[in-house]
Amino acid sequence: MSIFKLTAAALLLGTAAAHAEGPGLGQPLDAAEIPFYATYVKPDGTGLPAGSGTAAQGSEIYAAKCAACHGATGSEGPVMPPVGPNDVWPKPAGSYWPYATTLFDYIRRAMPLEAPKSLSDDEAYALAAFILERNGVIDAETAMTAETLPQVQMPNHGNFTDVWAKQGAKPW
Amino acid sequence: MTRSDIDGAALDYAAGGGLLNRRMLLASAAAGTAAGLLQPRVARAEAEIPEWSKTAGARARGYGMPAAAESAVQRAIIEPWQDVAPAFSLSGTPHHRLRGTITPNGLHYEVHHGGRPDIDPARHHLMIHGLVERPLQFGLEALERYPMVTAAHFLECAGNSLFNAVMPEPMQAGCDMLHGLVSNTEWTGVPMAVLMEEAGVKPEGKWVVAAGADGPSLARSIPMEKIMSDGMLALYQNGERIRPEQGYPMRLLLPGWEGNMNIKWLTSLWVTEAPVHTKDESGEYTEILADGSSLQFTFAMGVKSFITHPSATMTMSGPGVYEISGLAWSGAGKVAKVEVSADGGESWAEAALAGPVLPQALTRFSQAWHWDGSPLVLMSRATDETGAVQPARADWKARYHASNFLHYNAIQPWQVTAEGAVHNVYL
Repeated sequence: MSIFKLTAAALLLGTAAAHAEGPGLGQPLDAAEIPFYATYVKPDGTGLPAGSGTAAQGSEIYAAKCAACHGATGSEGPVMPPVGPNDVWPKPAGSYWPYATTLFDYIRRAMPLEAPKSLSDDEAYALAAFILERNGVIDAETAMTAETLPQVQMPNHGNFTDVWAKQGAKPW
Repeated sequence: MTRSDIDGAALDYAAGGGLLNRRMLLASAAAGTAAGLLQPRVARAEAEIPEWSKTAGARARGYGMPAAAESAVQRAIIEPWQDVAPAFSLSGTPHHRLRGTITPNGLHYEVHHGGRPDIDPARHHLMIHGLVERPLQFGLEALERYPMVTAAHFLECAGNSLFNAVMPEPMQAGCDMLHGLVSNTEWTGVPMAVLMEEAGVKPEGKWVVAAGADGPSLARSIPMEKIMSDGMLALYQNGERIRPEQGYPMRLLLPGWEGNMNIKWLTSLWVTEAPVHTKDESGEYTEILADGSSLQFTFAMGVKSFITHPSATMTMSGPGVYEISGLAWSGAGKVAKVEVSADGGESWAEAALAGPVLPQALTRFSQAWHWDGSPLVLMSRATDETGAVQPARADWKARYHASNFLHYNAIQPWQVTAEGAVHNVYL
């Protein structure tokens, strides 16, 4: 390495060190202070709480709290129907998404739109079960739980190209 | 400015359709040969003194607003499901009514998946946790004492220009509807690396799941590499505190990457070993290709441009000399050049770029033009510093499933009719 490059490297290191010099005012964060929506249920099921729900139970909750936006049976919409695909929405949650765990997490944190975080864990499991059953991904009898949900094989799972892994930040 | 009685044959043309060499235009103006400009005006019997020159003006005020006559300069509202899900709402920047490159704060585009939350800044905290040595939380007051950086960057929704992407016939609307989901801001905030280093990222911490404090707690998985290289915790927008619709009191800024990842109302950075496949990276922001397979983790926005003046819904004020003006940008870096065509792509002239040309920022281009009143098609084509060039619409469409409307960056043709109307067309 030339002296020129060494100097440049030293300058870069110096910049990085100065960069890190904040006033250090972060306060300790206790695990108990972290709400559930600050994490996300992982594809292997890590983060799933206790509880369970079946498609039949989900059907009733769906009719009361979800059908107005997503359609009577889940495929009509108008808002991104979770059952399909169809002409309304080509990427339905219950068949297009690569992991079933995302269904539970998203329902629990974000749905329904006017009252997010109002559903119980059992209700979120039941709704995930209803959507998966409507898409033919699970049968009607299987309850969704912390054990069963991560085992669900989503039909579109192997059909994605990871652009970041393939070419980094280069636009597609 | 138009000069309808100009001698078109005497001008120095750079390309077809009347595109002019700038040098020629400037020389012509300097010599005073520009017919119309120096003609004596009809003398008035008495000079008019307007009433505002004969009275005291209004007093100083605490926060200035645009002139009353400019009240029509508004964002275009897009509410795809206004009856059942009104909180899912968007608004587009009216680029055809703006100049320069910085978007006024009140006109920055919005895309809200669950509406704009009303946050008490005193109760808002940023948490950094997961695979870190020291889980930390930061209040707004503490963050004010951190070293800050300032940089101008565009933000573009991955769904910008969605109507051109999927509508069978071109929609006749202004740049606010057609290309309004891109804006450009001078952001100021704390480099994300400073905060992450204070928390101490563990070696296995390769991704960060960022979440907002909005109703849906919108979350995205972001590579640690991006967070540490140029990620910013943005606190200020064009000098003032970030507006509520832009994430007040703090948002994540990832220069050049799709808008959805720049989490607004940021409250949590959870360090993980891998992406967690949130809702937005599972379906809403993945692209179905022509072969039925999909792309995921498509982060950076491609090179793009469009002409703002003239553009659809505008009307030409007669034949003569005009300055074509527009915006160009790339998520991969700086804009290297913008070419303009006034004959539907038969010939091109290289437009002037208004400097400084900044990386991942809107760049204004301009091109002198003598419109002789004939019908023609204007287009702009940007190339970025990596050599990437904007595709034609047909080439872009061929890559994707017919339903895909994300990451659309095709060339925008505007048809100018003999009557001076400007229409959106596909070429």
